[in-house]
Amino acid sequence: MPTKPESEVMDRPAAEAAGTAARGFISVRNLKTYFEIRGSVLDRLTGRDAGTVKAVDDVSFELAQGEVLGLVGESGSGKSTLGRTLLGLAPATGGSATFQGREIVGMGERDLRALRAQMQMVFQDPHAALNPAMTIEQSVGHPLIIHKRAKGREEIRRHVAAALDRVGLSPPETYLDKYPNDLSGGQKQRAVIARAIVLDPVLLVADEPVSMLDMSVRSKILQLMIDLKDKLNLTYLYITHDLATAKFFCDRIAILYLGRIVEIGEASAIYEAPKHPYTRALLTAIPDPDPTRDIPRDLPRGEIPDAAKPPFGCAFHPRCPMAFAPCGWEIRDLRDLLEARWAGMAEEAHQAERALLGTIEAPDAPEPTSRLSAAPGATGEALLALLERIRNDDPAEPFWTGVKAMRAGDGCVEIDWHPPERPELLDLGAAHAACHLHNAELRARYGKAG
Amino acid sequence: MSAASPTPSSAAARPRRALAPGLGRALKPIAEARGFARGMLWSGAILTGVFVFMGIFAPWLSPYRYDQYQLKGAAFPQLAPPSALHIFGTNVQSTDVLAQIIWGAQTELEVVALALIFALTIGVPLGLIAGYFGGIFDRILVLIMDAMYAIPPLLLALVIAFLLGSSITSGIVVAACAITIVYVPQYFRVLRNHVTSVREEPYVEAARAIGAGPFTILRKYIFFNVIQTIPVLATLNAADAILTLTGLGFLGYGVQPTQGAEWGYDVSRAVGDAASGIWWTTLFPGLAIVLLVTGLTLLGEGLNETINPVLRQRATTHMNMDEEDPA
Repeated sequence: MPTKPESEVMDRPAAEAAGTAARGFISVRNLKTYFEIRGSVLDRLTGRDAGTVKAVDDVSFELAQGEVLGLVGESGSGKSTLGRTLLGLAPATGGSATFQGREIVGMGERDLRALRAQMQMVFQDPHAALNPAMTIEQSVGHPLIIHKRAKGREEIRRHVAAALDRVGLSPPETYLDKYPNDLSGGQKQRAVIARAIVLDPVLLVADEPVSMLDMSVRSKILQLMIDLKDKLNLTYLYITHDLATAKFFCDRIAILYLGRIVEIGEASAIYEAPKHPYTRALLTAIPDPDPTRDIPRDLPRGEIPDAAKPPFGCAFHPRCPMAFAPCGWEIRDLRDLLEARWAGMAEEAHQAERALLGTIEAPDAPEPTSRLSAAPGATGEALLALLERIRNDDPAEPFWTGVKAMRAGDGCVEIDWHPPERPELLDLGAAHAACHLHNAELRARYGKAG
Repeated sequence: MSAASPTPSSAAARPRRALAPGLGRALKPIAEARGFARGMLWSGAILTGVFVFMGIFAPWLSPYRYDQYQLKGAAFPQLAPPSALHIFGTNVQSTDVLAQIIWGAQTELEVVALALIFALTIGVPLGLIAGYFGGIFDRILVLIMDAMYAIPPLLLALVIAFLLGSSITSGIVVAACAITIVYVPQYFRVLRNHVTSVREEPYVEAARAIGAGPFTILRKYIFFNVIQTIPVLATLNAADAILTLTGLGFLGYGVQPTQGAEWGYDVSRAVGDAASGIWWTTLFPGLAIVLLVTGLTLLGEGLNETINPVLRQRATTHMNMDEEDPA
């Protein structure tokens, strides 16, 4: 397997260089959070490992005090897990994450609890994030009791009222004795924010704080968060799937895909010149209210893949319109290709092609040569002819760039693949992106035109 | 600061709620109960209330003591039919049947209340802890409780009553212990399963995020959100417990006749009477059992329909009653 030249790929993750701001406030290095999958009953009885989901896989970034970093990705990209891992709510599997120089990974629950006075979280669903059996005063005041910041009913009430006033729930006396059920969504989110700031934290992890709110309330809540940041000198980790609000809110943005950062950089740089095809796709997905402007919406095809079995090479390659040879093509992509092809075919033609093909078995690890078995009774030659026909029908399909050679075998077709390369974050000036399109050496090797 | 307009109606709501907002909120669905649920709830409450009243005020309500067989030296007749002196007649031991019913209510009440306290103090904490922490402790407890489920309740109660009968003198405590053992698994299981689902709620994670320890979370975030199933379960179990207790009494392992009146024991002594046309000795204790069990069941089902949000249905007329509801 050819190795990539070290000069092209940064040996330490890019964030080290990407962080334009001072280091040390929050520093995340190769952070990994994996979840074991609970398999079927049979798997559990036989003790077979059903696999792991790499929710956060080798993520590195820096966050300076007073900065707003956006973590953007589709659902399932691991952005929420990353935020929860930083707060110690989800245990990290490996790597390192330091908060003001203190290592969070592996920290005991007791120390974490003490640390949480300084790092707080705002949740996606404000209704579910408030205990329905507690009044707003009890909910917002509870952190004060836990961290022994205030004693006595009067003092707590004063602190809570101040926090409520700060988040715009005024006059606070109106809200103190209310239950979450009595408030609107926006008011509840304000109460959640009040609970988060009542201890004067320095870091707020905001996990999609406005995605459950009405459009009319969203900008108010975001404005409130900006005001609070300035007044209380907060640092935000803003987790969202919505690039539009991220643009409004963030200094820097990290784009996540299947647990990895695919692009990170200044928000303006990401918007003006997205480097990764996935970022480009996300940007074109932002609705544009101007009906006269017609922007091409080449949204990524397909769905976000199964995180338990991520694609080889670059995880985005099956959906990428610009993918080429080293991106990690494999037999599963052929299956998707065939399904897409058959979906648009007449029934008889589909049946005729289907009859040639045996079952496609996906390997657990990349293999240089895959054997695509023909259906019983069909020959390898016939199957090869079918594949050649499919290739001739759509030679521009990126899948074929990954196929080095195909030959007929005994009742099968052997497909040689170009070896998959996992893209690392490359320094591209204003932003860092993990994409082979920016790797001149790979482009030259596979003759990918600019 | 961007403005949040406070709801104008909210200020008016405060004074009345300030007293006990939590209690008022808990009782609200009961006050709002309508239709069938309301009927069940109130008929059950009245039936149960009558027996509770009888039990509490037995010494003043009853014409005689439960073990009294004479009045001023004159012995009561044996198996006398209802008369002015003995409204429900007398039984084979020459005691007054009405006195047996009223004092019996006291026994049932004492045993069930005691069993309820025992079962709750054991079952609720175990369920909370097993459900929240999970792990090996949870597995072992679930296994034990499920094993206890497999034994028929009356048989289990009999064995416990038999074992404890030699060391504890008070028949009421023995019977309460026997019933406790039977019903602990139910509280445990309901609470444990409820906790395992509430544990995943975002507000529990939010509590962790503000730095709350596990026992604080259990006490302040989980307990009040799972406890609303307990009144329903306790009421329905109480109905069941009456049957177990009278079953024990019928078999002679319950409260002994020297310690208190017990309907099951009364019925067992009167089994032969019915064949010879003496109906009052079996009818009245039997009726007492049936009525109390029915009352508790109605109360439990009515509570279930009003408290359980899945079953609760508010009558459409409720829309017009908004002005009437000050909160």
